[in-house]
Amino acid sequence: MRFITKAAMSLALIPALAACGGGDDQEATAAKPTNCTNKIVNEAAPRVLVWAWYPNMAKVVDNFNNQHTDVQVCWTNAGQGQPEYEKFQTAISAKKGAPDVIMLEADQLVGFEIQDALVDLVPYGANDVKKNFSEGAWKDVSQGDKVFAAPVDGGPMALIYRTDIFDKYKIKPPKTWAEYAEAAAKVKAAGGPVFGDFGSNVPAVTTALMIQKGAQPFVYDLSDKQNITVKLDDQATKDVLNFWGEMSKKGLVGKEDQFTTDYIAGMVGGKYATYVSAAWAPGYLTGAGVGNGKEKGKFAVAPLPQWDTASPVSVNWGGSAFAVTSQAADKANAAKVALGLYADEASLTDGWKTQTIFPLNQSVLTSDEFVNAKVEFFNGQTANKDIYIPAENAYKGATYSPFTVYYYAQLQAQIVKINEGKTTGDQAATDLHNQIVQYAKTQGFTVK
Amino acid sequence: MNRKWIAGWLFILPFLVVFLAFLVAPLFYAGYLSLWTKGLATGTTFAGFDNYTRAFEDPSFRKGLWFVLRFSAVVIPLQIIVALVAALVLDEVTGRLARFSRLVIFLPYAIPAVLGALMWGFLYSPSFGPIEQIATAFDVRAPFLLSQGNIFYGLLNVVTWQWSGYYMIIIYAALRSIDTSIYEAARIDGANARQIALRIKVPMVSSALVLILVFSLIGTLQFFTEPQILAPIANGSVTPDFTPNIYAYNIAFRYAQFNYASAISFSLGFVVFLAVGIFMFVTRKKGSIFT
Repeated sequence: MRFITKAAMSLALIPALAACGGGDDQEATAAKPTNCTNKIVNEAAPRVLVWAWYPNMAKVVDNFNNQHTDVQVCWTNAGQGQPEYEKFQTAISAKKGAPDVIMLEADQLVGFEIQDALVDLVPYGANDVKKNFSEGAWKDVSQGDKVFAAPVDGGPMALIYRTDIFDKYKIKPPKTWAEYAEAAAKVKAAGGPVFGDFGSNVPAVTTALMIQKGAQPFVYDLSDKQNITVKLDDQATKDVLNFWGEMSKKGLVGKEDQFTTDYIAGMVGGKYATYVSAAWAPGYLTGAGVGNGKEKGKFAVAPLPQWDTASPVSVNWGGSAFAVTSQAADKANAAKVALGLYADEASLTDGWKTQTIFPLNQSVLTSDEFVNAKVEFFNGQTANKDIYIPAENAYKGATYSPFTVYYYAQLQAQIVKINEGKTTGDQAATDLHNQIVQYAKTQGFTVK
Repeated sequence: MNRKWIAGWLFILPFLVVFLAFLVAPLFYAGYLSLWTKGLATGTTFAGFDNYTRAFEDPSFRKGLWFVLRFSAVVIPLQIIVALVAALVLDEVTGRLARFSRLVIFLPYAIPAVLGALMWGFLYSPSFGPIEQIATAFDVRAPFLLSQGNIFYGLLNVVTWQWSGYYMIIIYAALRSIDTSIYEAARIDGANARQIALRIKVPMVSSALVLILVFSLIGTLQFFTEPQILAPIANGSVTPDFTPNIYAYNIAFRYAQFNYASAISFSLGFVVFLAVGIFMFVTRKKGSIFT
């Protein structure tokens, strides 16, 4: 708070800033980063500095380095999601300190692309691996003919639920959102736990659910840099916000932020009957201690509830890719890493078996072992074949704005207000729309 | 004479270098940055004082400012009363217990603000915290002290806990330096302990009180650490524009608008300067150290 703390704070910032790109020697000696988390196998080869946070990244990096003599990966974990983006953003503004290759989520790409912070991978052979991915997955990393990242991980969404709670209150997995609300009311009336959670800190989930209802928040094409269409006050957005607002008002879903210690404790203790989430979630939940011991085998997964079962819509949460930054000294080598890292069989197998990624590579998606895998977290359910692969195949890709971080922050604030009963879904959608339009204008966009 | 002059500068030099490099230079650079504006779609253009007009018209900045002003109005008197009472009591009693109490009251200040905030985050937790356990024992629902409606009080508690001990030590030191013969004279004149405390001790440490007030006014207007640390567990109560300092941080490091963030920071600095100026003007006769 005061002088002393301020001094302490600026001191605390120093290691954080120093972590931005492996120290000062990067500029002077160019592409010979030394403070790698992993062991370098081939000392003589040029090194490519990579930022990534996959839980099994150490193995993935070792696999790559053992298989390559011409280039070596030097890996740093610069934070999971937002903290990493903040460091990258600062490095872009400072024009130095960025890694050569960076792990980014699909919804963040265009925000960095517009700042010319990422490199088009087409001249470096991106199209050679295009056949490995579905159309939706490829669209998420492309802008027109340009490709700005190599997809690794997808996030097809589904309804994870607790079989013990469903059995106790005699309910079946809801097929529609109306059934979801009905089941929630039934469990609550019988004295059961809340059915799900409307957490403010996962605005990406809410956005995906809005898109599922037919909303298209943003239309944006990098080749037409100045123009953007914003549509957040449409009926679909209002409907989805109203739906969750009603659920939270009636006490049918929780209002807690997700991935906090309290939330995980709630997941373990059966405080939530369902979890609307992505395919990579079980890996992170298992890592946090959910589904172990007494809780083993209590989870199952069903397709994401629909608004209209006649025309189901599949949506994604998260999903990540490797991009090459414009600050990379040797872009060809960096591209080789971006396209080759986490693309070998051993790494992909480890990733999907631990459920830390949902692989987008078709060689895995179509492999017999993956398709028929009996998933341990889901008590032996063939979740890939039954739920996640159909969801991923039906995913059409999404369009994001170049200011996703700002948009998410505003949506988050609106969710908090809804959860506090201070606004309605209609009002929240209108306010959000106006805020984003105004922001886009101050950033120099022409808003349509 | 001349040699002495050089020696003086040599002594100052280590401080001066750090001061210029890490305070004055960044300040000028931030001032320069604040005069430009950068749009994602438009690039950087000269803006003059537009960013400052925008800042004072920005509802987020005003909201944050209003929060820290309200917070100051409550937390500063509270801290000072707690610190003053503790100091007066400790000044009266002697012995091992007094020394121990002094240490215990001061201890929260010795804990880094980040750790203190993390610890309170645990105490407030609706799944693990003692508040929850006590409430469960009485079969009532525990209030979540970081919810939107309660966070003001939740933070009030953390900040008072953290800083009162420090202010107590300042007041205590001032009390110790009072000549005890004054108390003796007062007692001979028939004053009781309470009268000595309120009529003699408090007026005699008023300059220390003014110092504390200025410290805590500056600190509270720049409120940052505690809400920033508690944000991830506050279910969204700590918005990106919660306080002006948090807002500036987010504008710079999340939204990548260093220019506007600089303007926000300078605007906040201006408000702090103004507040302290007004305060010192009002207390100019009472607080001898500033006149």
